[in-house]
Amino acid sequence: MTFSVSFRSVAAVAALVAGTAVGMASNANAAGEAPKPPSQSWSSDGMFGTFDRATLRRGLQVYREVCASCHSMDLVAFRHLGQIGFSEDEIKAIASEYEVEDGPNDEGDMFTRAATPADSFVAPFANDNAARASNGGALPPDFSLIIKARPGGPDYMYALLTGYDDAPDDFELSEGMNYNTYFSGHQIAMAAPLYEDGVEFADGTPATVEQMAHDLSEFLHWVSEPDLEERKRLGLGVLIFLIVFTGLAYQLKRRIWSDIH
Amino acid sequence: MATTEYNNPVIRWIEYRLPIFSFLDHSLGSGYPTPRNLNYLWNFGSLAGVVLMIMIISGIFLAMNYTAHVDYAFVSVERIMRDVNYGWLIRYIHMNGGSFFFIVVYIHIFRGLYFGSYKAPREILWIFGILILLAMMATAFMGYVLPWGQMSFWGATVITNLFSAIPLVGDSIVTLLWGGFSVDNPTLNRFYALHYLMPFVILGLVVMHIWALHVHGSNNPLGVDVKGPQDTIPFHPYYTVKDLFGLGVFLIIFMAVVTYAPNYMGHPDNYIEANPLVTPAHIVPEWYFLPFYAILRAITFDILFLDAKLLGVIAMFASIIILALLPWLDRSPVRSSKFRPLYKQFFWIFVLDCILLGYIGGKPAEGIYIPIGQAATFYYFLHLLVIIPLLGLLERPKPIPESISQAVIKPAAAE
Repeated sequence: MTFSVSFRSVAAVAALVAGTAVGMASNANAAGEAPKPPSQSWSSDGMFGTFDRATLRRGLQVYREVCASCHSMDLVAFRHLGQIGFSEDEIKAIASEYEVEDGPNDEGDMFTRAATPADSFVAPFANDNAARASNGGALPPDFSLIIKARPGGPDYMYALLTGYDDAPDDFELSEGMNYNTYFSGHQIAMAAPLYEDGVEFADGTPATVEQMAHDLSEFLHWVSEPDLEERKRLGLGVLIFLIVFTGLAYQLKRRIWSDIH
Repeated sequence: MATTEYNNPVIRWIEYRLPIFSFLDHSLGSGYPTPRNLNYLWNFGSLAGVVLMIMIISGIFLAMNYTAHVDYAFVSVERIMRDVNYGWLIRYIHMNGGSFFFIVVYIHIFRGLYFGSYKAPREILWIFGILILLAMMATAFMGYVLPWGQMSFWGATVITNLFSAIPLVGDSIVTLLWGGFSVDNPTLNRFYALHYLMPFVILGLVVMHIWALHVHGSNNPLGVDVKGPQDTIPFHPYYTVKDLFGLGVFLIIFMAVVTYAPNYMGHPDNYIEANPLVTPAHIVPEWYFLPFYAILRAITFDILFLDAKLLGVIAMFASIIILALLPWLDRSPVRSSKFRPLYKQFFWIFVLDCILLGYIGGKPAEGIYIPIGQAATFYYFLHLLVIIPLLGLLERPKPIPESISQAVIKPAAAE
């Protein structure tokens, strides 16, 4: 009798504490007046989620052909593309299309050379000031962690990319700004970046705005969380092990306690 | 257990010179008699010890790969996430381990409040527990600064600025904390050094906590003293196996969060590198500080010559310090809420009040949230300073069983 009562109180306290954590985590993120981005279906969702390789390839293409003219991706090296199925030759070919400054050489001079797989994606601007100067004072954020750094993650990215609209009549849009339903404050410096057939996908997929937004969001999700697939795979094994282990521990506990109860 | 009782000659040889085997036996072995009726809430003490070890071990591996410099801290954490073998796992374990440490310890504390574990003769045990909580808070706060994200930086700025409220020496203290005139590289360096030191301070406090525990043994759900051997069972194997099972359940939940929702309890803004020129829309501390953050912000008015900021800081620290005085505030001779019908109800109201404070702490300090936060803060202190002392005088406890075995074994025999 004591046992069942105490167990209930454990459950009650645990539920309360968990509830607090849940409530607080959601409060902490509830900034801004933009609507909650609608939830999309991602192949990386769920316990068995993985990134779709074809999607990532298309997403990389959108990044390189559209976004990369303003947005850097400093923390991602070309060699990282090996994790998502790019061959060594493909990676070398992609890297060699970029130029990086290196040096000093033996004469003490800086020089430029073709990038290698060990280099990071090359930033479009030399520094933040140069980036601002070319973008009307706004700083295009680095993409390395963009999905983890925004509440809503890939859903938000997709909503933002497809959320450009004409400003409502009573909305006062500042000079050089664009109206976006899902951007906090609705005024975003970036003009709508995606247009139908803005890129020509190598695999022949029609390049609609929705398709490009989806592919790019998933690609950027991988960029932010390259650990996601391994994390989920490992997690499944760990949980199966722990559940078996805990089940055995419970049986052992029952057996040892059988002379007490 | 006497030396002669060990059969193994090596153990006998060591035991004669350093009685470590009998020490272990008396600490958590068959030589440590433990109340036979401990429920699963008594798992959280040993669980907290395990989490402390998880934090120390994962932390050491992180330290091997971390660079404490404002230019490299954020990037070095990302290097751990991307390029260090299983770095993401170590980092997510450490990051979520902090949250789970507080979940475990908060349950442990509320268990103590419910069953009156702080009462004589366990006052010093309880006070060491409060000291551990304070040390944990300092450690967690400084640890959160290390990744040098936006919330790291601005959280550090807001919290260190609190000390400027102290009259006369406040500004000097803040300068000392910062190692300069704003949160900058010297701040990061000293926080890193202290963040590595503090876990070992906690470890020392834990040793004292357990030492004090072992003098009179664990309290129990009935709150009555152990009267004799019929009330106890050996810690090993009964509670070692029960703790093992509890640890398994904990690890399932912990690893599920680590591997499937590692950023759930974090804030997205901390994945943006610290920028002293851009202030986040809402600066919020980690969830486990939110109740105290709410108390800090509840005081919006001056009293006499004390300004609101100083009063807020005093209230926040008082909210923890007063807990240490609980053994003397609670005059009821009865420990367990089981026999305290009124206290039991107020206990749950207090739990709800703490949750409400946590909710308010996560909201911006505006509109309706301000008076709600003030009311919840008022009730927090009312509970500890007025309701608890009054209940000790006014409440009529239910009859208390003579002993643990009388209450536990007889109904079992009747079944």
